[in-house]
Order: sequence, then structure tokens, then C-alpha cells
Amino acid sequence: MEHKLTISPSPHVFTGRSTRGIMGDVLIALAPALVVSAWVFGAQVLAVTVLSVACCVVFEWLIQKFLIKGPATVGNLSAVVTGVLLAFNLPSSIPLWLVILGAFIAVGVGKMTFGGLGKNPFNPALVGRVFLLIAYPVQMTSFPTATAAGAGMLDAATGATPLSLAKGILKGGGSVADVMTQMGISDLGLAIGQHSGSLGEVAAIALILGGLYLLARRVITWHIPVAVLGTMAVFSAILWGANPESYMSPLFHLLTGGALLGAFFMATDYSTSPMTRKGGIIFGVGIGLITIIIRLWGAYPEGMSFAILIMNAVVPLIDKYVKPQRFGVANRASSAASAKK
Amino acid sequence: MLKSFPKGGIHPPDNKISAGAATSVLPLPATVTVPLSQHIGAPAVAEVVKGDNVLVGQLIAKPGGFVSAAIHSPVSGTVLAVEPVAGASGVKGMAVTIRVDGDEWETSIDRSTTLVTDCGQMDPSAIIAKIAAAGIVGMGGATFPTQVKLSPPPGKKADTLIINGVECEPYLTSDHRVMLERTAETLVGVGLLARALGVSNIYIGVENNKPDAIEALRRTVGDLVRFLPPIEIVPLKVQYPQGGEKQLVKAVTGREVPSGALPIEVGCVVQNVGTALAIYEAVHKNKPLIERVVTVTGKGIARPSNFLVRMGTPVSALIEAAGGLPQDAGKVIGGGPMMGRAMSNIDAPVTKGTSGIVVMSGREAARRTETDCIKCGGCVTVCPMGLEPYLLARLAQKQRWDESEAGGVTDCIECGSCSYTCPARVPLLDWIRLGKAEVGRIIRARLNC
Amino acid sequence: MSVLLYTVLTLCALGIVLAVVLYFVAQKFRVEEDPRIDDAEAILPGANCGACGYPGCRGMAEALVKNDDISALYCPVGGATTMKAVGELLGKTAPEREPEVAVVRCAGSCALRGDGTAVRARLNRFDGARSCAVEAATYAGETGCSFGCLGNGDCVAVCAFDAIRMNPATGLPEVDQDKCTACGKCVVACPKRIIELRRKGPKSRRVFVSCVNKDKGGVARKACEVACIGCGKCVKVCAFEAITMDSNLAYIDPVKCKLCRKCVTECPTGAIIETGFPPRKEAPAAPVSPAASASPASPASPASPSNPATVQAEATPLVKATSAAETKPVAEKTSVAEAKPLTEAMPATETASAAEITSAAEPSASTSTSVAETPTPTSATAPTIPTIEATFETPTPTEKE
Repeated sequence: MEHKLTISPSPHVFTGRSTRGIMGDVLIALAPALVVSAWVFGAQVLAVTVLSVACCVVFEWLIQKFLIKGPATVGNLSAVVTGVLLAFNLPSSIPLWLVILGAFIAVGVGKMTFGGLGKNPFNPALVGRVFLLIAYPVQMTSFPTATAAGAGMLDAATGATPLSLAKGILKGGGSVADVMTQMGISDLGLAIGQHSGSLGEVAAIALILGGLYLLARRVITWHIPVAVLGTMAVFSAILWGANPESYMSPLFHLLTGGALLGAFFMATDYSTSPMTRKGGIIFGVGIGLITIIIRLWGAYPEGMSFAILIMNAVVPLIDKYVKPQRFGVANRASSAASAKK
Repeated sequence: MLKSFPKGGIHPPDNKISAGAATSVLPLPATVTVPLSQHIGAPAVAEVVKGDNVLVGQLIAKPGGFVSAAIHSPVSGTVLAVEPVAGASGVKGMAVTIRVDGDEWETSIDRSTTLVTDCGQMDPSAIIAKIAAAGIVGMGGATFPTQVKLSPPPGKKADTLIINGVECEPYLTSDHRVMLERTAETLVGVGLLARALGVSNIYIGVENNKPDAIEALRRTVGDLVRFLPPIEIVPLKVQYPQGGEKQLVKAVTGREVPSGALPIEVGCVVQNVGTALAIYEAVHKNKPLIERVVTVTGKGIARPSNFLVRMGTPVSALIEAAGGLPQDAGKVIGGGPMMGRAMSNIDAPVTKGTSGIVVMSGREAARRTETDCIKCGGCVTVCPMGLEPYLLARLAQKQRWDESEAGGVTDCIECGSCSYTCPARVPLLDWIRLGKAEVGRIIRARLNC
Repeated sequence: MSVLLYTVLTLCALGIVLAVVLYFVAQKFRVEEDPRIDDAEAILPGANCGACGYPGCRGMAEALVKNDDISALYCPVGGATTMKAVGELLGKTAPEREPEVAVVRCAGSCALRGDGTAVRARLNRFDGARSCAVEAATYAGETGCSFGCLGNGDCVAVCAFDAIRMNPATGLPEVDQDKCTACGKCVVACPKRIIELRRKGPKSRRVFVSCVNKDKGGVARKACEVACIGCGKCVKVCAFEAITMDSNLAYIDPVKCKLCRKCVTECPTGAIIETGFPPRKEAPAAPVSPAASASPASPASPASPSNPATVQAEATPLVKATSAAETKPVAEKTSVAEAKPLTEAMPATETASAAEITSAAEPSASTSTSVAETPTPTSATAPTIPTIEATFETPTPTEKE
């Protein structure tokens, strides 16, 4: 036999899609937000991001090689995505050693303890962020003031995020109008990133752009983002409609904090979201509700990270009970009945 | 808005590089090996012994049971052996080996090309008897004996006949060529099928990537309008696996075949265009199923072709006629690349279900290394049966058959969309197929006791 | 401060109340169970392998306690010792069974030799899921033999005792008979039914046909050099009618076989394998073994002191003896092929003296079958080797006749 032929069961053709390619697309989608962030907050943004990515990759590589003793997995770029997302959830003025710690918690605890990509129940970047937020609340809530031209005001007094500002004023009996005056920026300003906050939160338009790219590349489907943002909008609109004096507008809620970043990039994380589209909608609605509840009545000004982590925990349950509609099964009962006759 | 099935599906590149190649007749090989199991069901029982002389079209094996099919000699010559021979997958099965000597046909076979258009007068049972005698099976690849499919179980009545001209498999073009080149005969065959079933709703589903076939069918239906029952040509949106029976029924009629049932449950019978042509030849020309159109294609093949081939011809002879096995050949697939099976032995013969031979280079054929599932849900999205392939594969791996059954593993049509789409390259269908076989065995054992 | 106090008090009160509730609930819903079940379970190995036919050791323990006649129950993992202990505990007669071990009945190594050939050459390359079950469902295998080992290691995956390993060079599984408990999982897992549970044999010596190919001789031989070709020579040479021929395949009945090894020498393809025997006397013939290339280790002197593992094994008479040989079937097969003049090589005097020496050196070894009695390292020194090697050549009944 001159030719040694390969034998295998069907199919014999495959898509060009790969884990690495998907992660690459996510990174491309995150790029505009990073650029805007660097423009707003200055070079420190790049330092935090690069450090976070490097730490995530190194920790994953080390753990995979020496603890799991499996084949190297860093090539699939998922650690890079985790690194960027973690950085996006940190204030740019954060001490760098905290970034290293956060990366360790994110990759080491949030991901590799469960066996690596695909097996982690919680979004690793959010595990890292929430750990830092609870353990180091001061560093994690000291945000540099945004400067329109990125003129580096990092040493300036810390600015409040629109959400914490709103929370503070509304709790103290102030009105929405007070918030708007204090904040001093319009909705348009929110959209292009003229406010302080975490790295990746500032540029609503850039995030939307990235999200659209992911949708166009079919990396994500519309179900989860639309469910998250839609629920947030509807819920806040009801309250705002009832009392526009003491509740912020839906647009404010959508453009501030981690709403867009969470809806497009964090909630859609494959490993930690439901397998079915129907499940994705339930998951998204849950995130939207919990986020608004925390924002309005919780102890923290922002609830996106907590909402996503809480719903992550529900995903196995959703996957167990929300099954795709099987072909020909709706008819089964009637056909079985007719067969019996 | 073109019709299609609503759930799942994929769009692999269609690579129909042999679509323009007119069907040519392959010269007779020196010997043919005719397996006795070319269909689903019981193997046929040999009627000849070593040393017998046979004619083209002579019965050499009779059906071995109710679900079985007769087999006729595709050549004239001397029987060299009746013994087990390794097939395309290396598994041995009984086969009749015949040394070819000339091309002497049974005299009862009408070899003229005159078109006989009658299809409304014949007795349905006579049509079915002729189909059974000719050993016709489903030629799309499933190879289910056609006479069985045309005899609905008691209490079931067909009202719709759907002819499958979809050919959704990438690369393959044999049905396409049949529809283009043998349009009138095929349509008369469709008429005969409709007569045999006593149905008046007749559709031919063709994917929209074959506009010439749709045009040819429509024109010929117009030409033969006096002879044929009304036939509707239904262009369908290109989407794999449109050619699956249940998907085609859904796309054309909107009816959903219940889980675990056959299309007859919703009054439909699906037949392939190649089968319709074979039925025409069997009924009007007395010609048993001894040859078929086979596509030989692949990116490394010098002359991608469609051949009219006698059953039992070694696949290697077809590849030779198409320009030979390329230097870098890594995989030879019997059938299309989505559902066909890679051959371990290219001297294996062409059988009734061989719709094509696809040759792939080593690089094209190699599966990429499997990595961990990232739970992207892609397999769930593309599954046309609404199953959860990732779950079924894992359950099969862990041999949890009860849960596999509850997950509907027996509904799997093995279309391969899940494995195709998986970015982590998990061989999902390999495992699911194992689970399906195992659960099927368990269910049968349960029914028997 | 008072807040703290109240909190602590509330929690304490809650704890006490719940503890009382739990106590009564536990009393009320207590399940009465025969305490002997726990005791019996403690004796069982705790592997939960299911080899006894019960779901885990607990199930087996329950069955042992419930049934008055336990002769049908047997734990192959624990073996005679465990069953005896359980029998004593429960006051029942423990069944006795011959210890068994899994043997792989395929010796068709796929390892390439220098000239690019192999004992059983791969004709194709399987590229599906790494599972014998998956491969067997679609294909006859990568080689020309449609009966032989597929090499994906389903047997390895099911083994709970790490007793079976894949040899990456040959593509064949190898059983570590010291670890093998004859639970039978691998037998079921193998879609080709290649693995058989066989009597472990006296001193772990076994002779068996290492092939399951039922093709005609020519076909089988073409696919694999060490295939059983159904020639029937072994059937003729066997004085005990232990060998039967069915569809071109010989089978040696382990009960009838007297381990004379005549069939091993007679087999023209080397399909019959002996294990646990000491290396036969060196024959000067050039190595012709088909499997020789699979291992770089020289088969010339298996008992050489330079190989501590071998020495250890050889010097642990009768019990451990085969472990080295078993895990190195290559070396063993070489000895099979090389050693032609078998019967002449055993002068009676040498045998007798060897027996004496052995019993003197290791008095308990010849009587006990317990693996636990590992000799001290000193007994495994080089000088004892020749004598112990001779020990193995105890004449079998045939040779006496």
C-alpha cells in the first residue's frame, strides 16, 4: 500500500473557527475602548493593562505546567482576554502590586482551580475584581478625574464616578437635578468618556462599537446583551417615570458604570453563560434586574460585577432546565396518544 | 423568501467543482466485486456459485428478508468467488466477485433511450413489484429498500411525495447531473412513484445553488404536462442538512415529523432523484439497479468528474479515470465530506449508496488537535434536531446511557454540524454516534423482553 | 456591646434548640442495620470496582451478610485471603477460587523496525476520537488484522488499579499482574474481546495463544507475523488435549494445560506465549524474533545483575518472579523464539539440587502465596541468581514421563 490513508468518522470538513480566533476577535473588539481609555486617563492605563495581561498569562502558564501538568494553553489567548478585562475593571490609579494580586486571584482562583478555560463557573476577571473591591475598597474606589485631553491629572484628587455621585446625592435627599449639576457633564459626555471610573467603563461609544464587532463576527449573539441592557432600561424607566426627581434616567444607567462592558464582554463569556439562547435571555434579565437593584438600594454604587457573578452561579441550573426545543418533540404527546388508539 | 428548515444548520463551503462535468460512462473494469449487503437490512442471499456465467442484469442474490434488496450482476462474465471481502471500512462482508467478459445483457432489458411517458395507467402494486424485483434502494446514501418505503404500515396513509434533489453535501454533484441530464426520465419516475403511493401532492425540493437544475425541471414539467401529474418544483435556501428527510419535510410542507417516527407519520414519503430515475428504468426499461452516477472530486483531483459506473467497480478505478490519486492524498471519502466515511481500502467497490468519492489532501484531511470545550454553545445552536451535542458527547464518553436516552440521542441524524462548528475541535459526533448505537441496542433489548 | 451580647446569646440558644431537634430526628429516623455489614465492608478492599457484581463494596458486604450460602459470592480483588477473613467473621464457608489475571491476546506489535516493516503493519491512520469503542464502531482497525488490538486504550481507561498500561512503541496494552485483580472491567471494555481472564497459574506460569484472529491462515499471516494461522500443529503436539481449534484459531484450555510448553516451540508464528517461566537456556542462534526491535534492551541476559529490577524479581521466588517478565513481554518473546532445545536443557540432578537450595534460602516462599512476603534486599544479591534460575526449571509432569 503506497498511500497511508487517514480514516476517521464523518464529518471531514470543519469551520475555520478556533478558540484562539474567537479570543482574538474579543481582543480586537476591546481595542477601541482601550484607546479611548488611554486618551482619557493617560499612559497609566497602558501600564495597568500590560501588567494585568502579562500576569494572567504567566500565572496560567505556570499553573498549567507545574500544577495541572497539561499541555500549554496560553496559546488560546483566553488569559490575555482575562487580563484585559481585569484591567478594564480597575481604576487606572491602582497600585501596580494590586494588579498582580488581582491577576493571581482571577487566573489562579477564578479559572485554573477549576481546570482552566471552559470549566470555570465564574467569570475570572470579575472574581479578581470583586476580590480586590472587597479586600482593598479604598484603592479600588479612588478614581482619577477624567480629563478631556488626557493631560495626565492622575495625581489630582480623586473624582467620584457618576454612579457613586448619584448614589450619594440621592441618598442624602438631593434630587436628580443636583446630581446633574454636580457631575457637570451631559449624556453625550458620558457616552464619549468624560467621567471618571474604571479603565474600561469610560467610553460607552467605543464599547458599543466593540460589541457590534462581536455581533458582526458572530462571536456573540444579541440575546444576552439585549436582555441585560433591555432589562436595565425598562426597570429604571419604570422608576424614573414614576418619580423623575429621585431616580436617574434609563440612559444614565446604561451609559455609566460597567453596564456596557458587562453586557457585551463579561456576561457573554462562553464558559460562564448558558448554552442555549433562551437560557441566555433568562441569564441577561437576571443580570439586569440585580444590577439595578444593587445600584438603587444596595451598599455599592455599581452592581454589574456582582450581578454577573450571582447569575454565573445560576447558569448550571439554567442549563439543566432550559433545553433547546427538540425537533419533533412538541408533537410527541399527541402522536403517542394517537398511536395508542 | 426561500423555504428552509427553521432550526440550526450550517453553511459549509459547497466546493461543487464537478458540477459542470457532464456524466461520462466509465469503461468496464476487469473484475467487479459485488457486496451482498449494499442496503440497510438483511444481506441478500447469493444465487450463484463459483464458476457460473452471468449476464448483465441477471439476479445474483435474492433479498434476505422483508427489509432487504435483490442484487443483480452489473457485468457479464464468470463468477470467480463468493466469499467475504473487506469493504471500504476494512470490515469483511460476503461478496460475489465476477471476472468481466464482454458486455452481454439480459435480453429482457430495453437498452433504447426512447422516453416512455406513461405513469398514470399502471397498477400501483405492479410498480412496487417491479421496484422490488430491480433491487432499488434509496440512492441518496441511506440505501433503505425502496419497496418497503412505498408500502406504508397499516393505518398510515401518505398524501405527499417529496423528491429530494437538495444535494446539500459539499462537493457532490451526482444528483445535480441526474436532474440536468436525465430530467424527463426522472420526472416520469416521480410520476410512477406518485402513482404507486396514490398521492397527488408532489414536490421536488432543490437548493437554490442549482438554478440550472431548477430551470430544467420546471421546463420539462411544462413539456410533459400532458403525461405527468402536477409536480411543484420548490427552490430551497442553501443550508446544510437540508437533505435530511425530516428537515426536507419541514422545509417543503412545514410539517414536523415527531421524534422517533418516520416521515410517513405526517403523511410524507421522501425519495431521492437518483431513486426516481432508477424506478423509471426498472418499470419502463426492465433494468435492475446495476449502475449509478458517482461524483469523483476533490481539490487535488485532476479532472473532477461524474461517472456512470457499474456497481462493484473498484473505487481506485474511478479515481484513476479522474486523473489518479494525487501525491498528497490523505483521505478518500466514500460519500460527501459531512456524512461520508473515509475509506481504509480504496479497492473497495462502488455500491448502490455510493453517491461520490471525495479525495482530500493530507493537510485538508487532518483533524486539528482537540482542546477543552469552551462551552460556546455553538453545537447547540447549529443542531437541526434541537439536541445538546456537547452534553450527549460527554454522556457517551462517561457511558451514561440513561441520560443519553433522555437527552434524545436517538434523534441524532448524524449530520455532523456540531463537529463541523466546534471551535475546540471536540469530536462530538464520534461520541454521539457511539451513544446512539449503544442506546439503540439498549432500547431494542428492552423491546424484545 | 449589648448588640454583641444579644447576637452571641441568640446564636447559642439557636444552636441548643436545633441540636435537640436534630437529636430527636436522628432517633426517630434511625435506620437499623446489621453491624456486621460495616465489619464485612471493612475487610473488603474498598476498591468499589464492581467486579463481584454488586455496586461497590457496601453492596457486596450486604449480600455477604444477608445470604446464608455465600459460595456464589467472590471478591476477586481481595482474593482468597479476604474471602477467608469474611467467612470467619460471618461464620460462613468462604468460597475458594483459583486466582485469575487478565491476559492480552494480541501480540501484534505495530512498532516499526529498522527496515520500515512491523510485526503488524499499520495500513491506515485513525484520526477520530481516541477510543477503541468509537473506532471499532466504524472501522476494522488501522492494520490488516480486523481482530487485533486497536491501541486506543479503553482497557487502560477503565482499570481502577493502574494495572494495565499502553506501550506507546508497540501500541499494545500490558498487564501488571501484581496489580491486576481480575475484576474484568477491561475484558468488557475491549470491543474486540481481546482480553481474557485466565487462571493465574502455578507460580504465575501461563501458556496461552496470544491471538484472536479467525481469518484463514494466509490472510492472518499477511496482516500479522505473529498471528495464529490455524495450522493445528499445537493441537497435534499437545499430549493433554488442552488445545482446541475453532475457526482457524487455537485456544488453550487453562485447566487442561500442564504447562509443558511443547506447543510454544511448535508454533510456527510464535503466537503461543509463555509467561512466568525463567528464560530458557541460551541458544546460539541469531535473534530472529519478530518483536526484537520493539525494545532496545538486549534480551541476551535477562537475569543480569546490572538490571536490579530483574534481579529483584528473579530472586523473589515463585511469587514476584514474573513481574519483570510480564511487564517486558518483548524480552520474553525473544526467549520464546530463541530457545529451541527446551526439553534437553533440564538435567534432573540440577533440578533436585536447585529445589534444595531454594527451600533453604527462602523457606516460606515455596509454601506461601502471599505477595506480602517480600524478601530482604540481601537475598536479592547476584550470587543467588544461578541457583534460583535453576529453581524455575522444575520438571513439569510431561518431562517426567
